[in-house]
Amino acid sequence: MIEVKNLRKSFEDKEVLKGIDTVFEAGKTNLIIGQSGSGKTVFLKCMSGLIVPSSGQILFNGKDTSNFTYEERQKLRSEIGTVFQGSALFDSMTVRENVRFPLEMFSNHSAKEMNMRAEQVLERVNLTTESFNKYPSEISGGMQKRVAIARAIVNNPKYLFADEPNSGLDPQTAMVIDKLLHELTVEYNTTTIINTHDMNSVMEIGETIIFLKNGYKEWAGDKNQILTADNDAVIDFVYSSKLFTKLREVLLKEKQNSSNKN
Amino acid sequence: MLKALGYIGLYFIFLKKVFIKPQGTKMFRKLIMREIWDLGMSSIGLVSFISLFMGAVTAIQMAQNFQGADIPVPDYYIAYATKVVLILEFSPTIISLILAGKVGSYIASSIGTMRVTEQIDALDVMGVNSPSYLVMPKIIASVLFNPILIMISIGMGILGGYIIGEATQMWSKSDFIIGLQMPMANRHFVYTFIKTICFAFVIATVPAYYGYHVEGGSLEVGRSSTSAVVWTSVILIILNLVLTQTILS
Repeated sequence: MIEVKNLRKSFEDKEVLKGIDTVFEAGKTNLIIGQSGSGKTVFLKCMSGLIVPSSGQILFNGKDTSNFTYEERQKLRSEIGTVFQGSALFDSMTVRENVRFPLEMFSNHSAKEMNMRAEQVLERVNLTTESFNKYPSEISGGMQKRVAIARAIVNNPKYLFADEPNSGLDPQTAMVIDKLLHELTVEYNTTTIINTHDMNSVMEIGETIIFLKNGYKEWAGDKNQILTADNDAVIDFVYSSKLFTKLREVLLKEKQNSSNKN
Repeated sequence: MLKALGYIGLYFIFLKKVFIKPQGTKMFRKLIMREIWDLGMSSIGLVSFISLFMGAVTAIQMAQNFQGADIPVPDYYIAYATKVVLILEFSPTIISLILAGKVGSYIASSIGTMRVTEQIDALDVMGVNSPSYLVMPKIIASVLFNPILIMISIGMGILGGYIIGEATQMWSKSDFIIGLQMPMANRHFVYTFIKTICFAFVIATVPAYYGYHVEGGSLEVGRSSTSAVVWTSVILIILNLVLTQTILS
C-alpha cells in the first residue's frame, strides 16, 4: 500500500502538484487520470523517487520515504518495477539481456538461473522465444511494452508503476497490455499505479481512480462511479467522445428509473 | 564568468557521483570490455592512417628545413626531429584532439540519447547509480587504451617517415635508423605518458557530462554533442599548455 499525504512539487516558481492526499491499495490497479499537463507524470516520478517532492509524505507500507537512508532507498527501489511511456529499453541489449539486467545488477544468481527467470517472465507476458535474442529496434511497439513489463516484474516487485503504458498502441494491443498489467497485479499482489488518459483503460481496469486537474486531486472513485460522476472536470474529461456522452445519458436514465422504482 | 564557474562546479559534482563503488561486478567487467572496443579498438584504423601520413609529412618538412639550412645539419637529425615531434606533441596532442571529435561525439550522443529516451531514468529507478554505471567504464577503457593508441600512433608516424624516405630517396635508410636511435630524455617520455592519461580522462568525462545533462529531444542531443567536442578540444589545448609548462620547464 502507498499512502500520499499533502504532496507538493514546484519547479522554480511553478507549482505542479498542489497538496495531493490519496491511498493506493495493494492487489489493485490504481489509475491516475487527467489531461496532459495535469501533473500525472510528476506525481508518478515523485513516488518512484526520480523527483524529490517539495513537501509532503509518501509512505510505502507505512514507512515515510523522506526519512530513508541511502541503503533503505536503494532497497525500496529494488522493490519497485517501472514501465516507462516509451518503454525505455536499453537499445544496446537484446530482449533477454534487458530483462536479465536487474538480476545481473542486484542478484547473486548463476547465469543459468538468470536466463531461466528472464525467459519465464518473457513467456508470462506472452512473448515467443524468437524475440528473445532480438534488439528493441527489431520488435514492434507492443512487444517493446511487454518487454518493459517483463523487465519491471522480473525481480517480483511489491510496487509496479506504469506511465501511459498503452500510449501509441492500437486499441487491441492497448487492451492486451491493460489486461496483462491487471493480471500481474492480482497474481503478484502488487500495488500497481498506472498513469493514463485512455478511457478504454479506465473502463477496463480502473479499480481505483483518481482524477488530477492542474495539480489538484479533483475526484476519486472507481470505474463504475466515473460514468455518472457529477464533477464538471471529470465530465469534460470522460465525455470528450460522443460514444461516452451517449453512454452517460443511458446510465443516468437507468439510475433515475431505479431510484423512481425505489 | 559566473556561469562558467557554475559549469565547472557541476562537472566536479558529476565526477563525484561517477567515482562510487560500481554495482554488479560481472556487468561492470562486461561494460569495460565493450567500451575498450567502442572507444579504443575501433579507433586503431583512423589513428594509424592519420599517423602514417602525418609522420611522412613531418619527415619531409624536417628534411626541407635541415637540407636547406645555412649551417650543415646531418641527415640523421631528420629522423630524430621527426621522432621528437611525434612523441612530444603530434601523437599525444593531435591524436587526442582527433579522438575528442570521434570518441567525444559518440559518448555525448549515446548518453544523451539514453537520457531523452528515459533509459537513464530506468537505471535510476532500478537503484543503479547511473553516472557510475555509464561513465566509469568509459574512463577506465579510455585511460587504459589511449596510451596504446598513442604508442601505435608514434610507431606508425615513424614508419611513415621511413617509407617516404625510401620512396623519395631524400635521406638514406641508415641515417634514418641512426636518428631514431639517438637518445631522448626520460622525462620526455614521462611527460608524454602523463599527457596521454590526462587527455584520456578529459575525453571520457567532458562529453559524458554533456550527454548526461541533455534536456529535450534529438535536436538537443545533437547540440550537446557539438558542445562536448568543442569544449573537450578547448580543455585539451589549455591542459596541454599547463602540463607542458609544469613538467618540461
